[in-house]
Amino acid sequence: MLYIFCPHCGSRSQNEFAYGGDATVKRPELNKEISDQEWNNFVYLRKSPRGKHLELWHHISGCRQWIKVERDTSTHEIFKTYKADELTK
Amino acid sequence: MSQDFRLDNIGKVNRNKKISFTFNKKKYFGYEGDTIASALIANGVHLVGRSFKYHRPRGFFGVGVDEPYAILQLERNNERDPNIRATEQEIFEGLEVKSVNCWPSVNFDIGAINNFLKMFFPAGFYYKTFMWPPSFWYKIYEPFIRMAAGFGEASIKHDKERYEHKYEYCDLLITGSGPSGLASAYAAAKNGARVILAEDKPRYGGSLLTSDVNIGNQTGAEWSEKIITELKSMSNVIVKNRSQVFGYYDHNMLVMSERISDHLPKTQRYLPKQRLWYIRAKEVLISSGSIERPLVFGNNDTPGVMLSSAAKEYMKVYGVLVGKKPLIFTNNDSGYETAIEFKKNGVNPLILDTRKDPSSDIISEAKNLGIEIKFSHVVVAAKGYKKVKSADIAKISDNKKDLSNIENIECDCICVSGFWTPSIHLASQSGNKSEFNEKIDAFIPKKSKQKEHTIGSANGKFTLEETIKEAFDKGYEISNKITENNNKVSIPTVVEKKSTEHDKFWCVPLPKGKSYKRFLDFQNDVAVTDIELALREGFRSIEHVKRYTTLGMATDQGKTSNLNGLQLVSDIENKVVPQVGHTTFRPPYTPVSIGAIVGREVGKHSKPTRKSPMHEWHEKNNAVFVDAGVWLRPRYYKQGNETLFEASKREAKNVRKNVGVCDVTTLGKIDVKGPDAAEFLNRVYTNAWLKLPVGKARYGVMLREDGIVMDDGTTTRISENHYHMTTTTAQAANVLSHLEYYLQLVWPELNVNVVSTTEQWAGAAIAGPNSRALLMKLFPNTDVSNEGLPFMGYKEGDLFGIPAKIYRISFSGELAYEVNVESDFGNFMWEKIIDIGKEFQIQPYGTEALSTLRIEMGHVAGSELDGRTIPHDASLEGLVSKKKDFIGKRSLSRSAFTKPDREKIVGVVPLDKTTSIPEGSYIVKDPNAKLPNPKLGHVSASCWSVEYDNPFSLAIIKDGKNMIGQKLFAMSPLKNKTIPVEIVSSHYVDPEGKRVRA
Ligand SMILES: [Zn+2]
Repeated sequence: MLYIFCPHCGSRSQNEFAYGGDATVKRPELNKEISDQEWNNFVYLRKSPRGKHLELWHHISGCRQWIKVERDTSTHEIFKTYKADELTK
Repeated sequence: MSQDFRLDNIGKVNRNKKISFTFNKKKYFGYEGDTIASALIANGVHLVGRSFKYHRPRGFFGVGVDEPYAILQLERNNERDPNIRATEQEIFEGLEVKSVNCWPSVNFDIGAINNFLKMFFPAGFYYKTFMWPPSFWYKIYEPFIRMAAGFGEASIKHDKERYEHKYEYCDLLITGSGPSGLASAYAAAKNGARVILAEDKPRYGGSLLTSDVNIGNQTGAEWSEKIITELKSMSNVIVKNRSQVFGYYDHNMLVMSERISDHLPKTQRYLPKQRLWYIRAKEVLISSGSIERPLVFGNNDTPGVMLSSAAKEYMKVYGVLVGKKPLIFTNNDSGYETAIEFKKNGVNPLILDTRKDPSSDIISEAKNLGIEIKFSHVVVAAKGYKKVKSADIAKISDNKKDLSNIENIECDCICVSGFWTPSIHLASQSGNKSEFNEKIDAFIPKKSKQKEHTIGSANGKFTLEETIKEAFDKGYEISNKITENNNKVSIPTVVEKKSTEHDKFWCVPLPKGKSYKRFLDFQNDVAVTDIELALREGFRSIEHVKRYTTLGMATDQGKTSNLNGLQLVSDIENKVVPQVGHTTFRPPYTPVSIGAIVGREVGKHSKPTRKSPMHEWHEKNNAVFVDAGVWLRPRYYKQGNETLFEASKREAKNVRKNVGVCDVTTLGKIDVKGPDAAEFLNRVYTNAWLKLPVGKARYGVMLREDGIVMDDGTTTRISENHYHMTTTTAQAANVLSHLEYYLQLVWPELNVNVVSTTEQWAGAAIAGPNSRALLMKLFPNTDVSNEGLPFMGYKEGDLFGIPAKIYRISFSGELAYEVNVESDFGNFMWEKIIDIGKEFQIQPYGTEALSTLRIEMGHVAGSELDGRTIPHDASLEGLVSKKKDFIGKRSLSRSAFTKPDREKIVGVVPLDKTTSIPEGSYIVKDPNAKLPNPKLGHVSASCWSVEYDNPFSLAIIKDGKNMIGQKLFAMSPLKNKTIPVEIVSSHYVDPEGKRVRA
């Protein structure tokens, strides 16, 4: 079971969190004309990298905040965690 | 009753407490502190089982977790506990155990014929023998394998024992209380670290309990006693015996199973049986020691052949002799310790040492004691079937290839020592890649992957001096890093007699003309010839050899067999062991009870049970409950001998005719607050929300980004910046997470907060033509007329002094209201409604009537919004705004969602107006079409329409819009029914929606 550092609460066990997928996906802006392809990329297509992955976790049994976790998908090493409003371009 | 093999003045069992137990229905006795193994050996019993494949007689081989043979089954009150190691299970008064894997008895086992048919059971025999013909599988092969396989039978009864889970955090977890574990725990604890020290055996001390060493001015055993007593008294230390750390998982989480009551008779069981500890440790010291390696020779599986360290432990800890004519067969000094112990207890051993001319203090001591030693000698084969009777021994040449002077020697046990194998399992589980150490002919951990270090003999350090020093240093170093304290304890001096040299010899060659079976894996009956065959047949990777021959795959995970197997493969392949590599160790290190893993989350405790504040009232009024997610909801209120069908029909009819009340507390409720709340709802729901006035409710549908309906419900504008959202019972948690996701990550600029208020409000739906009249009596000071509180209106009211929220919304399709009060007043509200409602013929109704009412109205619920439907499919397209954007909108224009014959909800009525259509039935055009019959769609929900008094169903079918009026068929292959039906509108009752607005 992973040990995840929540930037709001501190280190907590994985069973307090829900996984939320790739944190680098950006939702297309509202009311913007986009192609089927662009939309499909957003809804369905995800990379599944071996190694570093920036991903979302939701501290559902804690502070209810979504956080970003930089994790190695093969070793489970967690390099750093961020609040939801960090790392936004 | 005397015990022939019990020694008088030695051992740690409690001689003042005799304990009787039965083994294979025969009564024996032992002493408190005995294991089944030690008690049986004391009684001269060595035959305890039959081997897995050949059903050869099985005795005891070890004295702890490494035991490959003595796997028994505990039986009590028709309950069975299989896969019990006799070397670990302590006896208690009334214990009943029996042998497994033998029929009809351990003494006469029919399956032993396999032993004489062994040419038919070579490596991979399962793959070869049971391949052909396929038709033999069910009737012949499978029953045969099932009868022959396994180490006992699981109980089919509910396990009534209690198992606990515990979460613990510490600075340092130490696995094993041998010299390295004790020393490191002491050093770290004295330096202020929070330490957990886990020992799998009942007694602490590990090898110190049995070895002849001195630490400081005390014997090893005395020193360990002193250290453990002090550790137990320290508040920063948890010391646990009978506790096996069996798994090393990610981020330094280790799992330990503590056997709390396994050694106690049932009458004392106010304690849990076992406790599973989830331990998150900042650092881990693996001090799990090492396991003695067998030597391989002919018939080395005969009962009476055992590890020399085990023989010594049976004497020193249990006061039990494993034999009175022992043969010690060793390639190192460890065998001498056992021989000396025999001698001290009045038994004359014979030592066969494979080495030519070794020397050490302990060898001199053995010589001085007059123990007979034959150097350059080996055991060629054990003789005897159910117990060792003698052994063929021989002189072996210097190159270890040729045998000479073969002679037969009488003996009743053969104690073998092929040096020591570090227990690297936990280190390996942590991700540490091990490396082969030539000096000890075994693998030791390499570079740490997690925060773990291995110390002592688990790390290949076999001298006590080295071990103690390393352990004290590590304990200090790690604790210093964590606590930043500098309290260093002094390291005691150590006296040890044996040297750590060993002979690189492990397998005795076969004499000319002999074909003795020489076993490598004792639990799975894997012999030298099996490995040779596997290699001849082309298996090369050690992982493949393992699976083909089943070497190391039994419940003991090859604790005694792995290295000898590797040695053999590398010898045949002319490689060195590191090139062959070894198989991966995975958790658990020892078998763990399923019960311990499950803990207390069994039966109704497998998930929480949520009850509404009115639950007790429902119970008192004969409610029959149904699981709705984790909630318990009344399904119907039983009157007299009513069936579900009769009761739900009565309740639903009463709603249509008079008035009913339904507990809707379970609906998800979310408070949405903030200046941007309207804008947020406008993006979340498919319809428009910006212009909803205060005091009004609106029905809304929300989608996932892929266009599929996620949930529906009404949301009410309580005040300018405050909305009360309701969700379905099932989706409440998901919707909250969904809203938080968009607020925190996608549109953080929106100033909105959401919070679940599901448990803050108790809800009652009052539905039926009499509902307004009832409401006027409940809220005499509030204008609830059609003008004062119109359809989809909201008002606050005063319910006999209790503040209430009144929503005029309807799921039943009747004139209806939902009244919410704070949860604590839920029961008060409910009783008032029932009490005052009497004059309006009120009846409570459950979820079954609720379903009936919504189905015949064509209102969709979870069975239609099943994660596959878009708004169009549920006839909700009118709620999809064309003007504004919202979550999932872009997906709705994808081609699959816009094709003209897209599925759509319809109503289904059987032509005979009497046959109910099973939910899940297919709708087809031709019931006799060739299979697979193309289906148009499926029936999502069925009820008995109380309005028309005939069956009615909802279905989602292809081109539903144009199917209305068609005569089709509903087919249920499960129920074997084909029902001619007519497709009608899904709005079966009151399609104009007049009643809700009345
Ligand atoms: Zn948190």
